Amino acid sequence: MSQVSRLSDLYGREGLSPGHSACRGCGATVAVRQILLAAEPPFIVVTPTGCLEVISSQFPYTSWRVPWVHVAFENAAAVASGIEAALRALERKGLGRRHKVIVIAGDGGTFDIGFQALSGAFERGHDLLYICYDNEAYMNTGIQRSAATPLGSATTTTPAGKREQKKDIVSILVGHGSPYVATSSPHLWKDLTNKVRKAQSIEGPTFLHVVAPCPRGWYFEPQLTIKMAKLAVETRIFPIYEVENGKYRINYMINRPRPVEEYLKLQSRFAYLLRPENAHLLERFKQWVEDRWNYLQKMAAVTSS
Amino acid sequence: MYSLRTQRLMTGNEAVAYAVKQADVDFIAAYPITPQTIIVERLSEYVASGEINAEFVPVESEHSALSACIGASLSGARVFTSSSAQGLALMHEVMYIASGLRCPIVMAVANRALSAPLNIHGDHSDIMGSRDSGWVQIFCENPQEVYDYTIQAFRLAEHPDVLLPVTVNLDGFTVSHSSEPVAVLEDSVVKEYLPRHERPRLDYYSPASFGVFALPTHYFEFKVEQEKALRKAGDVFNEVAAAYPDEAGRLVKLDKVNSDGRIALVCMGGTTGTLRHVLKQSASREFSLISLKLFTPFPSKEILEALSDAEGVVVMDRATSPGAPLPPLASNIVASLYEAGINIPVLSVVYGLGGREPTLRLIREMLEKAKERLRTVKVRVNRMYLGYRGEER
Amino acid sequence: MKRRSEILMPVVFEVGNTAERSVANWRDSKPVIERRLCTNCLICWIYCPEPAIFMDEGGLVQIDYEHCKGCGICAEECPRKAIKMVMEDV
Ligand SMILES: Cc1ncc(C[n+]2csc(CCOP(=O)(O)OP(=O)(O)O)c2C)c(N)n1
Ligand code: SF4
Ligand code: SF4
Ligand code: SF4
Ligand SMILES: [Mg+2]
Repeated sequence: MSQVSRLSDLYGREGLSPGHSACRGCGATVAVRQILLAAEPPFIVVTPTGCLEVISSQFPYTSWRVPWVHVAFENAAAVASGIEAALRALERKGLGRRHKVIVIAGDGGTFDIGFQALSGAFERGHDLLYICYDNEAYMNTGIQRSAATPLGSATTTTPAGKREQKKDIVSILVGHGSPYVATSSPHLWKDLTNKVRKAQSIEGPTFLHVVAPCPRGWYFEPQLTIKMAKLAVETRIFPIYEVENGKYRINYMINRPRPVEEYLKLQSRFAYLLRPENAHLLERFKQWVEDRWNYLQKMAAVTSS
Repeated sequence: MYSLRTQRLMTGNEAVAYAVKQADVDFIAAYPITPQTIIVERLSEYVASGEINAEFVPVESEHSALSACIGASLSGARVFTSSSAQGLALMHEVMYIASGLRCPIVMAVANRALSAPLNIHGDHSDIMGSRDSGWVQIFCENPQEVYDYTIQAFRLAEHPDVLLPVTVNLDGFTVSHSSEPVAVLEDSVVKEYLPRHERPRLDYYSPASFGVFALPTHYFEFKVEQEKALRKAGDVFNEVAAAYPDEAGRLVKLDKVNSDGRIALVCMGGTTGTLRHVLKQSASREFSLISLKLFTPFPSKEILEALSDAEGVVVMDRATSPGAPLPPLASNIVASLYEAGINIPVLSVVYGLGGREPTLRLIREMLEKAKERLRTVKVRVNRMYLGYRGEER
Repeated sequence: MKRRSEILMPVVFEVGNTAERSVANWRDSKPVIERRLCTNCLICWIYCPEPAIFMDEGGLVQIDYEHCKGCGICAEECPRKAIKMVMEDV
């Protein structure tokens, strides 16, 4: 595995062609481009139904320059299991060769409807890399809540703001015994591309949780996509860390976090959360941020020894 | 040619597993459900002992089983799965995708009733629920047919002009669990019968995008092309059967006995064996029997030929279509007759729901009633529930 | 209809062919690089969602105006403030 240290290490390896139909400033697409620039051949990409699939694969066109398959919304991990195992058998029989299978799935296809297939694939220990681009709602169907939608965020099915906080998907996958689970953000391109390579090089089911700001569904100006990812990280709302064989490591230390309001106030989806009468909800949100950061620090300290 | 064969005592489920083993599959993903479970267990044993060089993926659901099969099939593998009832219902969404993506997957379905109320016994409601999913659907009468048809199913599915998934149906318990001597071919003979063909597959070095979506500008064409391919499977069918090394085991679209009987009985699956037995014992030669093996694509032409001399037809369905004019098989037959302008009376019989196997006595009574109704009642389509204990409508 | 032959399967073999499509009409303003400020560092390229930024044979970073949707990320993220968003003529 070679380390990515300069952008010129990535240039020329484009896996996604332009001309796709993602909204202007789509953060998911920035993340996917970086993932494909980093991935080491040979690999096959599986994408469930969702924005990424729809913006990239309208017959007779495709934006994918790498082998790619979409089957349904809730089964990307199962499809990936099938590809991975089949190629293992075919290689043994001299009828094919193994590829690394990389799933790139939305939060709905990961946290919600695809969760059973994901859990099954991780429990069975398939050799695959599952990457969730998290835009924190069902964007493709018009911004409905998912288990990844944060507390207080308005979606078309939570018009007055969601009452529940995000599911901690990383801990759940750590609980599956995955050898490598990490978070990343496209604004930290070096972190993301190196994590893709690292996760790819580890045998077994590995997972990356990548924040993917969505100007359309979060209601912010499209030029702010990268800023938004950066703010998510620097407010400690989206900490950057990895869990390797149970050992926690915070990869991007935020010693002086920026106030969460800086992030929230740029996105109209949080307008309700910021109203004075909802101060208690905002308090809950802040507490959640603080608790998770403390938890990560504690886990990093406990597991490093 | 029979010297190619050796006899083994096997249940229908074991016959499936044995055929799949000889077919040299590369990939199996399946989830247990009665009455199909034994197929999954046998195959896991074969894989564990190295008798099959394949990956067996013990998935966490049937939805994932068929999804994994699609991934495997698009990777170029020869793929098998099996299911029943609730499992098949859970696969429903993915069945349409498997045929739409033109994946030559073979699936054995040990036919079982659908819940509610929960019932683990045989009937055809499970597969009839997926009637329009675009799969080739073959029905077997006994473990011998299960064995022979499973092998031929792979050749049919993978034929370059077909590339469609195939279900091999065996009635839950009456076929899946009854032991009979099965004459099996030698491994090498099966291997030779099932050559491998190249087809587009997921490969980094010749990339393609599989499973793209289609707007109204193209979707319709995809679906009609797919339907044409399914029709084409009906033509390729004979070629696939003719190449099968043992003539006695060749797939047929239908099989007719007592050809001179003036009333035709049409039935699919295990109960056909019971009907055969009743007719053999009976002195009367009034009934002919058409055992239908290929349900989809529906062999209308062959059915009409087989019915050409009939004065009446009794169609036996092991499923209901609530609210529809007729259950699935009867509706296909009536449509075929209408299209050919043949105006004979039809008795549509629904039987065997939830494992209520028709007894010999019931069948004899049914034949008597059939004669009566087809002769005396003025309406062209009659209906009957065989062995139903409530009031007929 | 050269793709007619593929209609049998929902598969596209001409990989990356969305590049044949122009999305220029999505744009209301366009990024313009001020050459004297640009260091060809590729930061704008790594953050472009399309991508509509490339390096020409001479090693200069350029905008591909057929594929730029005018989101403005490149201008926002350029460390040298070398990109200005300029209104398109109507
Ligand atoms: C079984 C099923 N249920 C619902 C849908 C409708 N659907 C398609 S994509 C989608 C949401 C996708 O959300 P996510 O995975 O977060 O991806 P995003 O579009 O946000 O990128 C939904 C609800 C579907 N295609 N299949
Ligand atoms: S809705 Fe959001 S995730 Fe979907 S294409 Fe638009 S910006 Fe990207
Ligand atoms: S980011 Fe700015 S300086 Fe760097 S290449 Fe782009 S325009 Fe030039
Ligand atoms: S404006 Fe957006 S789409 Fe255009 S080049 Fe800049 S980043 Fe790419
Ligand atoms: Mg989403």
